[in-house]
Amino acid sequence: MTAAWRVNLAAAVVLLFSMAGVAAMLDAIDRTRSGNAAEESLYLRSPKMLRRLSLGYTGLLADIYWTRAVQYFGEQHHSGTGDFRLLAPLLEITTELDPKLLPAYQFGATFLAPKPPNGAGLPGSALALMRYGIEHNPDQWRLYYNLGFLYYTELKDYAHAAQAFAQGAQLPVTNEFMPILAARMAQHAGEFDTARMLWFTTYQSTKESQIRENAVEHLLALQVDEDVTRLEQVVEKYRLQTGRWPGSMSDLERAGLIHGTPTDPKGHPYRLMAEGRIEVQDPQNIYFITKGLPPGAAPPQPPRQASK
Amino acid sequence: MNSRIGYIAFNTFREAVRDRVLYNLIAFALLLSGAAILVGEISIDIERLVVVNLGLTAVSLFGVVIAIFIGIGLVSKEIDKRTLYTVLSRPVRRWEFVVGKFFGLTGTLVVNTFFMALGVFLALLYVAHKFEKMDGWVLVALYFIVLQFLMVCALALFFSSFSTPLMSAVFTFALFVIGSLAEDLRGFARITHGLAGWIATAVAYVVPNFSALNVISQVAHGDAVPGRLILYNSVYALLYSTMAISGAVLIFQRRNLK
Amino acid sequence: MAAIEILDLEKSYLVGFWRKRQKLALRPLRLTIEEGEVFGFLGPNGAGKTTTLKLLMGLVFPTAGTARILGKNLDDPEVKSQVGFLPEQPYFYDHLSARELLNYYGQLSGMPAKGRSARVEQMLARVGLSDSAGLQLRKFSKGMLQRVGLAQAILHDPKLVFLDEPMSGLDPMGRREVRDLIQQLRNEGKTVFFSTHILSDAEALCDRVGIIHQGELRGVGAVADLTSETRGKVEIIFYSQTVPVGLTSLGAEARVSGDMVNAVVPEEQQDAALEVLRRERLRLISLTPVRSSLEEYYIQKLQPAEAGDDARADDSRDKENRKGAGV
Ligand SMILES: Nc1ncnc2c1ncn2[C@@H]1O[C@H](COP(=O)(O)OP(=O)(O)O)[C@@H](O)[C@H]1O
Ligand SMILES: [Mg+2]
Repeated sequence: MTAAWRVNLAAAVVLLFSMAGVAAMLDAIDRTRSGNAAEESLYLRSPKMLRRLSLGYTGLLADIYWTRAVQYFGEQHHSGTGDFRLLAPLLEITTELDPKLLPAYQFGATFLAPKPPNGAGLPGSALALMRYGIEHNPDQWRLYYNLGFLYYTELKDYAHAAQAFAQGAQLPVTNEFMPILAARMAQHAGEFDTARMLWFTTYQSTKESQIRENAVEHLLALQVDEDVTRLEQVVEKYRLQTGRWPGSMSDLERAGLIHGTPTDPKGHPYRLMAEGRIEVQDPQNIYFITKGLPPGAAPPQPPRQASK
Repeated sequence: MNSRIGYIAFNTFREAVRDRVLYNLIAFALLLSGAAILVGEISIDIERLVVVNLGLTAVSLFGVVIAIFIGIGLVSKEIDKRTLYTVLSRPVRRWEFVVGKFFGLTGTLVVNTFFMALGVFLALLYVAHKFEKMDGWVLVALYFIVLQFLMVCALALFFSSFSTPLMSAVFTFALFVIGSLAEDLRGFARITHGLAGWIATAVAYVVPNFSALNVISQVAHGDAVPGRLILYNSVYALLYSTMAISGAVLIFQRRNLK
Repeated sequence: MAAIEILDLEKSYLVGFWRKRQKLALRPLRLTIEEGEVFGFLGPNGAGKTTTLKLLMGLVFPTAGTARILGKNLDDPEVKSQVGFLPEQPYFYDHLSARELLNYYGQLSGMPAKGRSARVEQMLARVGLSDSAGLQLRKFSKGMLQRVGLAQAILHDPKLVFLDEPMSGLDPMGRREVRDLIQQLRNEGKTVFFSTHILSDAEALCDRVGIIHQGELRGVGAVADLTSETRGKVEIIFYSQTVPVGLTSLGAEARVSGDMVNAVVPEEQQDAALEVLRRERLRLISLTPVRSSLEEYYIQKLQPAEAGDDARADDSRDKENRKGAGV
């Protein structure tokens, strides 16, 4: 082997080892700094100052902060601490830098208002963010939709919700459900259908995967709630007809009140409990449900991996 | 260490000094004293914050500019001007030349940074009238900045080993910018799936992670830097520089001189 | 032992920006240079001289072939401490003074600190730069840089010195000094391999010359032979339309041009030839001894390849190097 080849070989070996080392160190650094990074990115909290420092590259900076917000939420959600303190400032900076970054508003509407561990528990911040968004994007029906959604789901303020949906319905470009939602709000009618329409619209109008998964879980939960309500009505009817609680689902079927064995959206049969209560087989499997739970059980929450 | 590497390093340092690279210190001193006097005047309890933020940011930017501008010419300029001919016709191995150049440039930057650091501490003393314990973290931030210089020099040298100075400057500067956002990139890679996710992950491992080396705002607020981060960053910067230098050696070994 | 053994070194460059094509800069070159020899590498611009030297210095890598210097491989670092190199139109670190540069190069060559600066001063004096030794090289003229280049090439007292066009850029005095310097190196027993396109320099200094053209070694010969062989001939020019038979039988090479004949005969046949002219009543125009030179040899070797091959067939001077001539 010549001298030159000895050097080549040595350099190649060093190169490979240092590459492996670099990768290992990067992971180690990431572990020491997770969370820390987002904190640091907020040392400069004044969006106005940031805007000045960005030397006009506000679009890029907004995208960076937007990515940070999504990543921060994902990481915190995953870690299960339920601590989303930085979500509001991150989104505020993002939208201040680029007020037209619509996905950021939708993200805020979905995750700022719900109570921990599903969100930051800051409906006020969520509402403020939507109003700021509408101010800068008055022709976007989604923002009115988000606003109405917040009033309805988080604050149960039907009047304001109706107003928001109605305003959004009048825009040149809008969604077919907007006028219907406005009407529903006004009548307080058909809770399940309204909620389903809301979550479906949310699902339809976004590409963000965390928001979509969240909407799907809510839609499934609505299905369960509705099923359980309906089944309990059937059981009640059976009792009125026969004077006793049904012993099993087949009793109901024999009485011609149901056809087949009713199952939840995940395919598990509903269970008929004592005193005509209906329960889901595996309450931990369907999140956000309010009905069909064992007595005293808390509504199940998505496991940590759910958002990943 | 191999004495030829030392000679080459010293000659590189001497060249930088004689090309008046250290004159940047004057600009730095003016900037810093101007800022110190100014914030001293307005005095709204953020003098220390401003001096540390501005001082360290300037140390980093000045140094990176110097590293890039000298680094990109280190090899290609010597090939262009043919000063290398009479060096490589001596018992100097090509890898020794590359490594010597690297040490020469980093040595220049260390000296430069030393004087700038003195300036920062003088300015701190001027606005705060005394040193505090948390000023020690400023030293850590300066150490991280030097680590950052090692990586920028190694990268500039790497590009310089096969590309023109202009292209090397573009590549190095681009990597500096991307590297400063490396943690965002890594975060992005984590939340992206499919092909884009793969690419983002690969890129995130290759680009230099300068964001973990930037603790300026942290120390400006007097926050501590975890000891483990100091360790990991040191090892990381050394390995990254080694990686770039061995790449440069592998390329330069084969290079036909003009 | 041979100082330089070139074993079929070959180099082609890739040229063109989009569509790369090969450009042959050096055809397989086989050449051996003995220790203590002063060898002149002669060829017009673009012949491949610099390419050969760069290959030997390891600055560019051969497409094929190898070479050995002082019995060692080209990439053997040991070799380099025994070798000095003056590149073509040399350029040096211009932030250094001549003295600093030589000191630095002395360090790189592994010269011990003791005696290094004395040696540097000695070299500066030898190339006539003692007065400007402290001046930064950026203030040096081309000729001065050439002198610095010579000084650095012999600084570490190498056994073997490669000089690429050492006389170029120098004034007549400078050329003179370089000639003297090469002469001294020869007297010290060094091997000198230098390239030039100036024949008189080669003729004055070299033991042997190699002639290279279009990347091909066209001939190698000892200068003494080249200039002596054609010595002892005379050129006779006279009025005639034909070559007299008597003259041809004397072994003359004759050529008719118009009403004149040009004939070259060996010196000892001069009287017999004049006798032939007198007998034929031909009027003599001139009679001059032929001063053949390297130049003729050179011009002959630069002819297109076929003509060169013919010429070589009756040329016994470069017999031993026939193989290396790339026939
Ligand atoms: N780096 C290069 N790239 C392409 N062609 C080259 C290069 N260097 C030399 N050549 C070509 O090789 C041939 C020989 O060049 P060179 O060795 O410099 O000639 P000389 O020194 O005898 O004047 C020339 O035709 C030249 O154009
Ligand atoms: Mg040449």
